[in-house]
Amino acid sequence: MYEKNGEKYFIVDGHCHFWDASPENWVKGQERYAKGWIECFHAYMGLGPPETHWPIEKFMKYSEEDFVKDVFEDGGVDVGIFQSTYLKEWYTEGFNTAEKNGELAAKYPGRLIVNGRWDPREGEAGLRQLEEDAKRYDMQGVKLYTAEWREGSRGWRVDDEQAKPFLEKCKELGIKNVHVHKGPTIWPLDKDAFDPRDIDQAATDNPELNFIIEHVGLPRIEDFCFMATQEPNVYAGLSVVIGGLMHARPRFFAKVIGELLFWVGEDKMLFGSDYGIWEPKWQIDGFLDWDYPDPDHEEFSDFPRLDANGKRKILGLNAAKLYGIEVPKALRLPADGGTAAAREDAQLVESA
Amino acid sequence: MMSSRERVLDALSGVRDPELDEPITSLRFVSSCTVSHDGDVEVLLRLPTPQCAPNFAFLMAADAREAVRRLPGVRAVSVQLEDHYTSEEINAALDRGEGFRGAFPGETDDDELDALRELFRRKALLARQGRVCSGLLATGVDRETLVAMTVAELPDGPETARCLELRRELGLPHAPAAPALIAGDGAPLRTETLDTWLRRARLVSLSLESNGGICRSLLRVRHGVADPTEEMAR
Repeated sequence: MYEKNGEKYFIVDGHCHFWDASPENWVKGQERYAKGWIECFHAYMGLGPPETHWPIEKFMKYSEEDFVKDVFEDGGVDVGIFQSTYLKEWYTEGFNTAEKNGELAAKYPGRLIVNGRWDPREGEAGLRQLEEDAKRYDMQGVKLYTAEWREGSRGWRVDDEQAKPFLEKCKELGIKNVHVHKGPTIWPLDKDAFDPRDIDQAATDNPELNFIIEHVGLPRIEDFCFMATQEPNVYAGLSVVIGGLMHARPRFFAKVIGELLFWVGEDKMLFGSDYGIWEPKWQIDGFLDWDYPDPDHEEFSDFPRLDANGKRKILGLNAAKLYGIEVPKALRLPADGGTAAAREDAQLVESA
Repeated sequence: MMSSRERVLDALSGVRDPELDEPITSLRFVSSCTVSHDGDVEVLLRLPTPQCAPNFAFLMAADAREAVRRLPGVRAVSVQLEDHYTSEEINAALDRGEGFRGAFPGETDDDELDALRELFRRKALLARQGRVCSGLLATGVDRETLVAMTVAELPDGPETARCLELRRELGLPHAPAAPALIAGDGAPLRTETLDTWLRRARLVSLSLESNGGICRSLLRVRHGVADPTEEMAR
C-alpha cells in the first residue's frame, strides 16, 4: 500500500525483476555481451531522477534486502509480478529465471507472483516444461519474447501455427495472462520483431486470454494503439513508459499517456516499474502527482483526463483483476464495494 | 569555402536514422570525423546503446559510407560503428563493400533491407504530412480547401521538402499539380476521414519523437553528449 497526502493506494507492480548480472555469472567468451547488456540497462536507469541512480556494481547484482526495501517498503508495492528473462547464452545461471524468482517469492507468500515463459519452437518438450513450471509456481501468467533467436530461427510470431498448442495449453493450465515483450529488443535482424500486429489475430482467436503488451510496442506505439483499440483483451504494460519518459521527457510522457488513455483507456493500462532498472517509489509518487503540463493547451486539450480513481486502476486495481488478487475493501473503488474514493466523489457532488 | 571536413559532415547530414527520419548528425550519432591531407576519410558512428537493432545500425553505417564516397576528392573511406554488440560484423562487411547479408551470413535474407526502409519512409511521411496539415489548420485553412490543395500551394520549408522527397522515394505522386496531402496509397485525403487520419498521423509523429528523445537521453547519460532538446523535469 502506498500512502500519499492521507490517501491510500493498492499497488501492483506488473513488471519487476531480481537479476544477477555480476561478472561471476558471465558466460566465458561472452563477457562482451553480458557486460554490454547490463550497461545498457544501467543507462536506462540514468533517465530517472539523479538521486535514484545506483553505481553499476550494485546495479549488476542487488540484494534481497535492496529488493524488499525498494519495492515493498519504500515503493509500497502490495504485489509484484516477476517477469522472467533467461539469456543463458550470456549468463551462466540465467539473467533472472523463474527458478531464482521463485526462491524469493517463496519467502514472501502472497507478495510476489512468478510468471513463466514458453517458446513454440521447443515443441513437445516445451509444452511439458510449461506444464511442470505451471504446477511448480502456480502460474497465472507468462512472458514471451518473440525476438529471441533459437537454432537458426530469428524469432517467431504469436499468431504462428506452432504457437497455437501453447496458447491452448495456457488455457488448460489456467494461465490467463500472456505478457508479450514488444519494445526495445536486441535481436531483431530481418524479422521485424518490434511489430505488435501478431497479437491482433491471437487476441481475436483467444478471447479467454489477456494479452499485456509490455512497453506498449515502443518504438511502435501507434501500431499497438491501433490494435489495442479493436481488441478488448489487449492491455498496455507501462513499464519503461513511466520510468523512461516521465522524468526525462515530461512533455512526451504527457502525450504518450494522453494517447494511451484515448486509444486504450484507463481500464486497460497496467503499471510496471521494471525494477531494478528503476525504483518504483519515484514512479508511483510522480504518477500520483501527474497531470498534463498545460491541460488547456491545444497539444493536450483533446486527450481524456485522468483522475485519482483512474490512477488507482492503473497503479494496481486493473492488474489485481487480471491476477485475481484480493484488494482490501478500503482500497477498492466505490463501485467495487470500496470506500477510499468515496470522499472525493462526495466532493465532486458537492461542488457540482 | 567549406573545409573538406565540413563537406564530409555536410554529406553526413543527409544520412538519416531510418526510423526517426532525422539526420544522424543532429542526433549526434557521428562521434568523430577526420579527413587526411590526401582525402582519406574516417568516420566513427556511435549509437545510443550497444543493443540498437543491427539492421538499423547497418543502414546508417552503409548510408554514411555511400554519402561520403560520392564526394569529389575523397579517396579511401572508412566508416566504423563503435560500441555496438555487432560492430565487428558490420564493420567487416562495410570494409568489404558488402550488404547486410555479408555482415550476418546465414542469418538474414534481406541484403538491402528494402522492406524495412519502405516501412519507415511510410511512417515518416504520415508523421510529417500530419504536422504540415496541423500547421495549415492552425492558420485557419478550412477542411474543404485543405483537401483540394495541390503540392504547389504547400508552404515552403524543410517539412514540405522532406514530404515530397519521401513521396518521390516511395513512388507516390509528388508533382506540383498532385494533391498536397495524400493517403498511403497516393489517393487524396477526404474531409470525412481527415480527423481520423490526422489523429493517426499525430500518434505516429509522437512515437517517432519520443523514440528520438529516448535516444538523445541515452547518449547524454552514457557519453555526456549535450542534448539541445532536453526538457526540464517539472
